[in-house]
Amino acid sequence: MKALSLNQLRKTYNNGLVALKGIDLDVEEGDFFALLGPNGAGKSTTIGIVSSLVTKTSGTVRIFGHDLDKGREAAKQCIGLVPQEINFNQFETVLNILVNQAGYYGVPRRRALESSEECLRQLDLWDRRDGVSRRLSGGMKRRLMIARALVHKPRLLILDEPTAGVDIEIRRSMWEFLRKINREGTTIILTTHYLEEAESLCRNIAIINHGEIVENTRMASLLASLHSESFILDLAQPLETAPELEGYSLRLEGARTLEVDVPQGVGLNRLFEQLGAQGISVRSLRNKANRLEQMFVDLLDRPSPN
Amino acid sequence: MNYRVAFLTILRKEIYRFMRIWPQTLLPVAVTTSLYFLIFGRMMGERIGRMGGFNYIDFIVPGVVLMAVINNSYSNVVSSFYSTKFQHYIEELLVAPVPDWIILAGYVCGGVARGLAVGCVVTVISMLFSDVRIQHWPVALGVFVLTATLFSLAGFINAMFANSFDDISIVPNFVLTPLVYLGGVFFTVDMLPGVWRGVSLANPILYMINAFRYGFLGISDIPVLQAMAVASGFIVVLAGASLLLLRKGVGIKN
Repeated sequence: MKALSLNQLRKTYNNGLVALKGIDLDVEEGDFFALLGPNGAGKSTTIGIVSSLVTKTSGTVRIFGHDLDKGREAAKQCIGLVPQEINFNQFETVLNILVNQAGYYGVPRRRALESSEECLRQLDLWDRRDGVSRRLSGGMKRRLMIARALVHKPRLLILDEPTAGVDIEIRRSMWEFLRKINREGTTIILTTHYLEEAESLCRNIAIINHGEIVENTRMASLLASLHSESFILDLAQPLETAPELEGYSLRLEGARTLEVDVPQGVGLNRLFEQLGAQGISVRSLRNKANRLEQMFVDLLDRPSPN
Repeated sequence: MNYRVAFLTILRKEIYRFMRIWPQTLLPVAVTTSLYFLIFGRMMGERIGRMGGFNYIDFIVPGVVLMAVINNSYSNVVSSFYSTKFQHYIEELLVAPVPDWIILAGYVCGGVARGLAVGCVVTVISMLFSDVRIQHWPVALGVFVLTATLFSLAGFINAMFANSFDDISIVPNFVLTPLVYLGGVFFTVDMLPGVWRGVSLANPILYMINAFRYGFLGISDIPVLQAMAVASGFIVVLAGASLLLLRKGVGIKN
């Protein structure tokens, strides 16, 4: 079953800005799906329409088979949203924020209290339940928004930049949590600027640019189509010029720093053999850029069909 | 979807909000109305003499109570709903499957609840200064509910359109206050010269204050049923307008 199905979704804002030019997108139930794109590409508009925060111009949105126009309540019941910006009452207690949100979904108070406790414990916020939300740290506020989105047990969780501004330790613990609820059956759609995050978490990916889907495929297929990968080598001794090696393109970025493009399917063994033969020893090696980041930049550099 | 739970959640949140900040919501009205009763009722009222067949302080009690109800019902909804927009937690409601009419009913009933709380406070204070007793409970309660509902709806519409905190203070300061003061709180319309009497009859608050005065004292410049019909008509129009604004997402959706 499709968790989300968008058909010819268009959005033109009152100021004439065309944010979506008729996009089609399907997300299967149980998927962990990445929706990527640069700022202003249409990601947040798409999520806004799906979560009823933005009014679409035309097209259809179906959530687990429920049409957002004709079966609005049933469709909304399936969704939990973690927005990009902090959007809870800063003067309300942590527990009340969750209990109220459950109430808006029609969850009776006793069950709402139980569900709130479960979510807050899972996200390590139970100890802060009686505190006012504005006193939470940035990472806690992000986790509170995830807990709030899960309190009515949605089948589809939409996360719009959930780890923006969060330190790496908290980010990784949030990744683990998201993997866990995905394994338990929650379909997840994620937008993020951390491409490492999308590569690490998501099985399928769509890239949106200028209001159009420019790529929609499996993450593994997308990464496999990458033609070459760049590495940075830190050298033991300084060089004056970049060496010439068969099958590799090398550039000297500093006296002890060499950048090398390794074509898809060509290993690193031959590179090190040839460097060794020329008396060049390598102290360390690292990826120049995240692989998905490279692909992302390549896709966005393509000219728009219009 | 359990509508009752959603409605009670909004209502409980609204009541909790104004009770939590009672020094801002309940205390000021107690101080202000005490001063009204002291200055206009006791100190000046004894020189004014009788009005409508009652001591002046007894005459102004219903108007002062209803004035507090009007101001507080309006300001409760306008400030609460605008805050949800300003801090963006209106999105909590918009993403949830809560129908527009439940959102409206929750906020309006929150405004009515504040009006009831304030009305009780002012009525108790009035009993310290005057001997007035409610003559017609059903009329007094009916007019209170209609008035609080009407001005809660007006506050809701104001909040929908408001883009800044200035926008939520313009109507109370420059529209509501003049209408309330010219609505017969401190005088009877019979005292006004012909033209001004006609102008006053276009003020909907005049009808409500007179009907409320009938509930307290048994006297009114306006037929009670006519006053209730006017209030009901305004409620239908404003409720329709509020639902239309919510459906279009004016001020709350892109």
